[in-house]
Amino acid sequence: MDVIERFATGDLDAFESLFRQYQAVVYRWIVRIIRDPASAEDLTVETFLRAYRAHARFRPDGNFEAWLRRIATNAALDHLRKARVHVELPDDLPAGATPDTAEQKESRTAIRSALASLPPRLRIVVQLGLVEEEPYRAIGDSLGISESAVKLRMFRAVRILRKKLHDWDVRP
Amino acid sequence: MNDNELNDLRDKLRSVIAPPREPELKRDLWPAMLAHLNQPPRIRVPWFDWLLAAVAAAVLIFFPGAIPALLYHL
Repeated sequence: MDVIERFATGDLDAFESLFRQYQAVVYRWIVRIIRDPASAEDLTVETFLRAYRAHARFRPDGNFEAWLRRIATNAALDHLRKARVHVELPDDLPAGATPDTAEQKESRTAIRSALASLPPRLRIVVQLGLVEEEPYRAIGDSLGISESAVKLRMFRAVRILRKKLHDWDVRP
Repeated sequence: MNDNELNDLRDKLRSVIAPPREPELKRDLWPAMLAHLNQPPRIRVPWFDWLLAAVAAAVLIFFPGAIPALLYHL
């Protein structure tokens, strides 16, 4: 019996082995969604906790990583819904030659506010599809929805964002 | 929505939220995982159950005559 099959029967040693193998993968995926390394650690643990509790529902012939990624995405979505987290400016922005003008600062704030105001299920699609350039199919798999549903969510999200940015007269 | 519009929006978003550098996990999370596994499961009572209990309590307090009928049906 291999490690995945043993996990499906609830074997804790098998779970530990899978945890050590996939914790970094799950962590990176969550950071890409919520962009907060500290919360991502907690959510990585939460993801594996959910996976362990649901071990009986996992089919050993299925794709373990894809299953885990879906659980991680749901955990990240729950976090976004609960926290209504505002996107922080990362410290790895492309360095500009000149400091921001007041107008540029205002634009950045408006763009961040527009993104943060999106419902989490739309925001996650924008985050992964537009910023991270993940393929729609991969996004759909991680959310448990079809590729066309991802396209529809992207269309709606972009329409909302464009309208807000237009109303606020934001230029790049 | 055409590709130009999408690219324009992508540029705007990336001007405020650049993709993070490949984030690396800095510590082993297994000890934290074990601590969670060893915790007794929390029992969550749905809000609807609390509401039902409150309504039942209110009925019994304001209409004590309903208690024998309730006991009969139990």
